[in-house]
Amino acid sequence: MKLIPIALVLAVIVFFASTFTVHEKDQVIITQFGDPVRGPITEAGLHFKLPFVQDVREFERRILEWDGDAREIVTKDKKTIFIDTTARWKIKDPLKFLQTANNEASAQSRLDDILDGATRRFISENNLIEAVRATDREFAPEDEIEAFASERSQEDRISVGRDQLIESILAACQADVSELGIELIDVRIRRIDYSAKVRESVQKRMIAERNQIAELYRSEGRGRASEIEGEMKKELKQIESEAYRKAESIRGTADAEATKIYAESFGADPEFYAFYQTLDTYRQALVSGETTLVLSTESELLKYLKGAE
Amino acid sequence: MSQDFGGAGSMPRAQRIRIGGIAIAAFIVLALASTTWYTVEPEEVAVVTRFGRYVRTEYPGLHFKWPFGIENAERVKKERNQKQEFGFRTVRADVRTQYSQQDYSNESIMLTGDLNQADVEWTVQYNIKDAQAYLFNVRSPEQTLRAIAESAMRAVVGDRSVTEVLTIGKTKVEEECRAILQTILDQYESGINIVFVKLQDVFPPEQVKPSFTDVEAAKQEKEETILQSQQAWNEAVPAARGVAKQVVSEAEGYAIDRVNRAKGEAERFQRILTEYEKAPEVTRRRIYLETMREILPKMRSKIVIDDDAGGVLPLLDLNALQGGDR
Repeated sequence: MKLIPIALVLAVIVFFASTFTVHEKDQVIITQFGDPVRGPITEAGLHFKLPFVQDVREFERRILEWDGDAREIVTKDKKTIFIDTTARWKIKDPLKFLQTANNEASAQSRLDDILDGATRRFISENNLIEAVRATDREFAPEDEIEAFASERSQEDRISVGRDQLIESILAACQADVSELGIELIDVRIRRIDYSAKVRESVQKRMIAERNQIAELYRSEGRGRASEIEGEMKKELKQIESEAYRKAESIRGTADAEATKIYAESFGADPEFYAFYQTLDTYRQALVSGETTLVLSTESELLKYLKGAE
Repeated sequence: MSQDFGGAGSMPRAQRIRIGGIAIAAFIVLALASTTWYTVEPEEVAVVTRFGRYVRTEYPGLHFKWPFGIENAERVKKERNQKQEFGFRTVRADVRTQYSQQDYSNESIMLTGDLNQADVEWTVQYNIKDAQAYLFNVRSPEQTLRAIAESAMRAVVGDRSVTEVLTIGKTKVEEECRAILQTILDQYESGINIVFVKLQDVFPPEQVKPSFTDVEAAKQEKEETILQSQQAWNEAVPAARGVAKQVVSEAEGYAIDRVNRAKGEAERFQRILTEYEKAPEVTRRRIYLETMREILPKMRSKIVIDDDAGGVLPLLDLNALQGGDR
């Protein structure tokens, strides 16, 4: 009687030991005494195996990530940069993977070596610009002064370009990587920047460039202002001299006309004019209270002082 | 009779077995319940696998599944927009958002197409468009998204000049980055949908900032300098024109005055001349005498000297004449 529950328990144990599940995200290899005998099993669901004798080795079926550490590399044009690559990979052949890398930790480490080596090689064989730019697209400048600045720095034309560089790195790694049963899906540059040593000189260059641009703006302003000032002075001079000319002309015309009027009028009887005007002048010129008059006895005015005739 | 131990000493063995049985049964029921019922929250869906194989997707609400791990429900926040930040971190999102003081410059500093540096902060907003893909195709979708987002942004910035990134190209940068990111994530069949990429802040590296600011200042100065000279022009020229008009008006005034005066005098003379011509001698004498009558009283002193008297000067004390009384 007591054997029944024990038998039941044993049955359950055996049952569990002969089944295994394969998840959608996994692929499985069955090993027997350490040697792979079946697989890779990629169909998800419940499966059966020999109990106790056979083991289940699970491997990822999903896309896996590889993120490298930042590496300091010197480019072909002698620029020291920090570059950080990232890659996607898959276990393509779990059998091979099991036989070579065996587990993910060691696979990651092997990937480190392979990818690092390829990255280093291609980066150091190319100028920095090749790792930064993918196209030769023209920069759209803000105005002529900016155009001046960017024209200078567009000397660098790419011959390979970022996308192709990445492709090369990927291609270079595939052979080594497939030996591990791994497929590299892509390699990408995650970060790229100047290393600390070079950063300072780069920033100095940027500062100098900006200062130059600033000075250009300022001198352009000064130049235009001078132009306007010159025009203004010219205009003022012109107005002034024009007005003077007109005024003098008007005065001259008036003087001429007045002279003509006088001449016409006084010219009718010049002698009488002389008489009349002279007497008027006496009235104006001989100032009251200040003048001493010396008269001759022969003066017409005093004629009657001598007698009534 | 068997030995009784401790607190259970009062219960008989049969009863103990019954209680134990009930406890085990209860335990089984509880276990059953906890592994059978589950709820899916409003913003979630549940991807249900049976023995590891996908069988169905469940929507928000209360659901049942095979117990004891036969069926497994994995919840995915499908309806919710999530975001990732790059180059900065929000500490607390509020009316006034607080940002972390930490340095994320290794995320944010990148190279531009003209081999300058730019400091770029951005966010990516995304949601999950395919829950199965999200769970079954890529092992670390968020980590992947972050890595590719950084790569995409650098690709876009790397093709532009530093001024383009700082000023005119922002919208284009956002759109291009989004497109690249989405394309790559779709290649992986990650099930992620990028809602938008938004540039939070873009500026030149710290040490270079003052120079960039100076360029803006220089542009301002240029405009101001030109404006000032234009203003001077606008003040001086109309004023000069005003003065010019005045000068001409004065001349015109003079002209009118002169001519009128001349006309007036001419007319006056004309009238007198007419009268004179009627009786010349009389008029002549009259004018003379009238004038004398007017002038002589005003004279300070009058001295009459005989023509025959020779030189008078020795006797004449001119100073006394001038200074003294009449």
